[in-house]
Amino acid sequence: MSQVNRLSGGLVDRETALDFSFDGKRYQGVAGDTLASALLANGVRLMGRSFKYHRPRGVLSAGSEEPNALVELRDGARREPNTRATCVELYDGLLANSQNRIGSLRFDAMAVNDLLSPFLAAGFYYKTFMWPRAFWEKVYEPIIRNAAGLGRLSKQEDPDSYDKGFLHCDLLIVGAGPAGLAAALTAGRSGKRVILADEDFRMGGRLNCETFALGDQSGADWAAATVAELTGMDNVRLLPRTTVLGAFDHGIYAAVERVSDHLTQPAANRVRQTLWRIYASRTLLTAGATERPVAFENNDRPGIMLAGAMRSYANRWAVTPGQKVAVFTNNDDGLRTAVDLAAKGVTIAAVIDSRKDATPLEGFNHLRGALVVNSRGRLGLREISVRLADGSLHKIACDALGVSGGWNPNVQLTCHQRGRPVWDDTLAAFVPGGSLPTGMSVAGAAMGDMTTTGALVSGARAAMEALELSGSAPDMPQAEDAPCSPTPLWFVSEGKGRAWVDLQNDVTVKDVKLSHQEGFVSVEHLKRYTTLGMATDQGKTSNVTALAVMAELTGKTIPETGTTIFRPPYTPVAIGAFAGRSSGKDFRPTRLTPSHKWAGEQGAEFVEVGAWLRAQWFPKAGESSWRQSVDREVLAVRKSVGVCDVTTLGKIDVQGADAATFLNRIYCNGFAKLAVGKVRYGLMLREDGMAMDDGTAARMAEDHFVVTTTTANAVGISRHMEFARQCLWPDLDVTLISTTEAWAQYAVAGPNARKLLQKIVDPEFDISNEAFPFMGCGEITVCGGLRARLFRISFSGELAFELAVPTQYGDALIRRLMAEGEEFDVVAYGTETLGVLRIEKGHAAGNELNGQTSALNLGMGRMVSKKKDSIGSILSEREGMTADRHRFVGFKAVNAGDAVVAGAHLMNKGSVENAANDQGWVSSAAYSPVLGSSIGIGFLVDGDTRLGEIMVAANPLEGSSVNVEVVSAHFVDPDGERLRG
Amino acid sequence: MLRINCPVCGTRDETEFTYGGDATVVRPAMDETRAQLWLDYVFNRDNPRGPHTEYWHHVQGCRQWLVMERNTLTHEVGECHLAKEAC
Repeated sequence: MSQVNRLSGGLVDRETALDFSFDGKRYQGVAGDTLASALLANGVRLMGRSFKYHRPRGVLSAGSEEPNALVELRDGARREPNTRATCVELYDGLLANSQNRIGSLRFDAMAVNDLLSPFLAAGFYYKTFMWPRAFWEKVYEPIIRNAAGLGRLSKQEDPDSYDKGFLHCDLLIVGAGPAGLAAALTAGRSGKRVILADEDFRMGGRLNCETFALGDQSGADWAAATVAELTGMDNVRLLPRTTVLGAFDHGIYAAVERVSDHLTQPAANRVRQTLWRIYASRTLLTAGATERPVAFENNDRPGIMLAGAMRSYANRWAVTPGQKVAVFTNNDDGLRTAVDLAAKGVTIAAVIDSRKDATPLEGFNHLRGALVVNSRGRLGLREISVRLADGSLHKIACDALGVSGGWNPNVQLTCHQRGRPVWDDTLAAFVPGGSLPTGMSVAGAAMGDMTTTGALVSGARAAMEALELSGSAPDMPQAEDAPCSPTPLWFVSEGKGRAWVDLQNDVTVKDVKLSHQEGFVSVEHLKRYTTLGMATDQGKTSNVTALAVMAELTGKTIPETGTTIFRPPYTPVAIGAFAGRSSGKDFRPTRLTPSHKWAGEQGAEFVEVGAWLRAQWFPKAGESSWRQSVDREVLAVRKSVGVCDVTTLGKIDVQGADAATFLNRIYCNGFAKLAVGKVRYGLMLREDGMAMDDGTAARMAEDHFVVTTTTANAVGISRHMEFARQCLWPDLDVTLISTTEAWAQYAVAGPNARKLLQKIVDPEFDISNEAFPFMGCGEITVCGGLRARLFRISFSGELAFELAVPTQYGDALIRRLMAEGEEFDVVAYGTETLGVLRIEKGHAAGNELNGQTSALNLGMGRMVSKKKDSIGSILSEREGMTADRHRFVGFKAVNAGDAVVAGAHLMNKGSVENAANDQGWVSSAAYSPVLGSSIGIGFLVDGDTRLGEIMVAANPLEGSSVNVEVVSAHFVDPDGERLRG
Repeated sequence: MLRINCPVCGTRDETEFTYGGDATVVRPAMDETRAQLWLDYVFNRDNPRGPHTEYWHHVQGCRQWLVMERNTLTHEVGECHLAKEAC
């Protein structure tokens, strides 16, 4: 099909033809087209089906407010649903498909919904899909989701990348129409840092769509010349194809730049979109205004569109939406559409003007005091019915109708903080009001200055004021200064048919009336009951009309009825843009341990522990399950020696004259008397008395401690200790620094641990049991002079040391330890074996210190010193905590073949398994290769006095219950002889 | 998104900080035995509409705890100083 509706002139490049396809059919457009203008040029009016009733729909607007012409753009993994055809810049090879249909766009099977519409009014879902409850998820939801909804996601990974960026400026100007360009010129010439953002690919706003002259230039030429001047300014950054989508606190704005959306696919190493965070000292909103339609019966047919949009298509894109056009208006602006189209040679069938007293438009069939009351044409407009001033009904044949009900200032961004628009009677529209976002001012049509001269002057003045510039603003060219003089007209209601208010969510005047009848009088209720304004267009063309309908029903004024506010984003934003580069494995940073490379070489399985990747176990050839590897590692440690990377444990260096006093207040047990060269286990409580974290503190010197925390709590404990130091006891002489990343630390555990270490510890350091006993610590050197810290602490219950060296030697140290350990059959062990070893020894860890247990529960009640002030000690004595009788014990499966499961709840034998009979729970469990049985540790009511009792560990989730014997949690070496050996 | 004027680092994004709650509560002395005072210190907080004096920790910056006034209604922020320095 040739471009039957292409006119002369316009801002398109006819020399550059672009091929594209819509619903499989090939068309041709030209450079400068949008998908919507190119389709109209080819005589395509039908572009989509409506959300609920599947009514045939065409394009309503020429901008981002578009509710109807939503398409699926591109295909494969790049398929992008719900894309507004009015915003898609045409490129060669563009592929688009209509959506929300079953069958073809012309014969959509779901259009049956339209026949059923009497049953599908507002609140239909709420009233219909109530019973039975079991059907909600299984039956109703799939049906509704299938029938409603719009485009389909590709469900494939997005092949493109997105980025985030940060910009700073003195003045951010949102919108590059006449007001924005005048402001940018004023601010740019002053030398201030300016950002001018516009959602369109061609800056100029309405200047590109109107025929007014600015001085001796056309509006479009003036806009182009101004953009050229701004482009030459180093202090001005132009951001076309960029939507400022939200106004946030303290002058921060978010904007999405569609870097590559106008291309088939992004160029190599280019992103698809960039999400900018803009820090603006001042912001000027010059976002213009959006035209609103007038509702009448069957006002949703393809071919019926906004009068201003019709002018945009004719003047900017050289396209007429039809061969025989009518205009329906309540203001002078609508008349311009007739004049402009006629000037391009389009036949104007009639101009229907609701105002009886309008100045007659010479040369046109100007029907004053008349109303459009209905339309006909199944897949596109064929005819309108017009009620003339004398009461007679006339039918007028036409294939396009431009409707103008006046213009609404684009107040969206002014509402994003606490602004509430106020009603302006003269404009019959809401203008910005209330407290605007920090640093924001508004000019041009967005402020209600609806003329070109008004926009130019107010834009320049607002820039002067925002930047506190002295002198006079640059001269602005002479331009039209005619008010558009609207006489409010919201809807025409004659017959029984449906008049559409919200085209995207299919809400009619009747729905608004029904909502009112059913008591949903508040505007907020109206929105939620009818879903008006809640579609992806956020009701840009419908909210005010709905308010007006509601006002008429309640007999109130519009401002009494309510206001309409908006939230970010201004237009829909792809989730990918919000994610930026934080997707897949880059979703968050990964921390690697010093032995990571070596462990990878050994074929270790890794596990995420917070942000860390830790070796979980080290499979050997011939091992077919993780249990085989773990059992081998456990037995090797208990028999000879094993090495484990424990770098991830938090390390905090505590220094200062008051370091001991400080730790005495941080830990519930005493630290003041700890000797230099000694380590002590410490338990930290929260101020509410619950256990928070445990670890060790090693006194390296009188005024120097090294504190360890659990891996999971490392960041939180550091923050907690800083709070105590800075906010609770700022008078103490103590400083803290996290050294987790500074030291690579390995646990060397097992009967041969000392022998192994003696091979690398420099000979001047004696680490014999006498010289370096259990819980000793010291600064030493290893491998011929490398500084190191040695701690004789044991998590496994074996003779064990933890050796720390500066991180950069961590890889060398693990290789050296494993090489030197060969004669002892040394093993490397991972977090699974670490867990088994500590459960066998009965050491509490994260599962026990989960924030819901106390020192008393953990069997450490006596550790809480009453002689000193420590965090949590007072509230640990409150009644609610001392009354809790759960105590830390161990559990052993009665039948060696049964598995004890962490999370199982403990019941007395023979009692019904329910919450009322709950006696406690298993917090950690493992198979102990040493005992040849499954074991657990956990909390049992009066557990310390119930050793030997047989209980049931109930696991109703998996339908298994096993008998367990209550035992001491210290399964291995209860007297601690090994670790002291 | 707030911009917080850290007295050490200058104006920085809220994302560098963590919130630390009401900065006007005072921890009772160790020998304080009235349970109500401990209860108030640990658990009870006002939820004012308007000015609020609160702790912020510059955890991804200088690690200093700050005391800042913030209007909970408008998010306007006022004076900000180091917690360890009495204002």
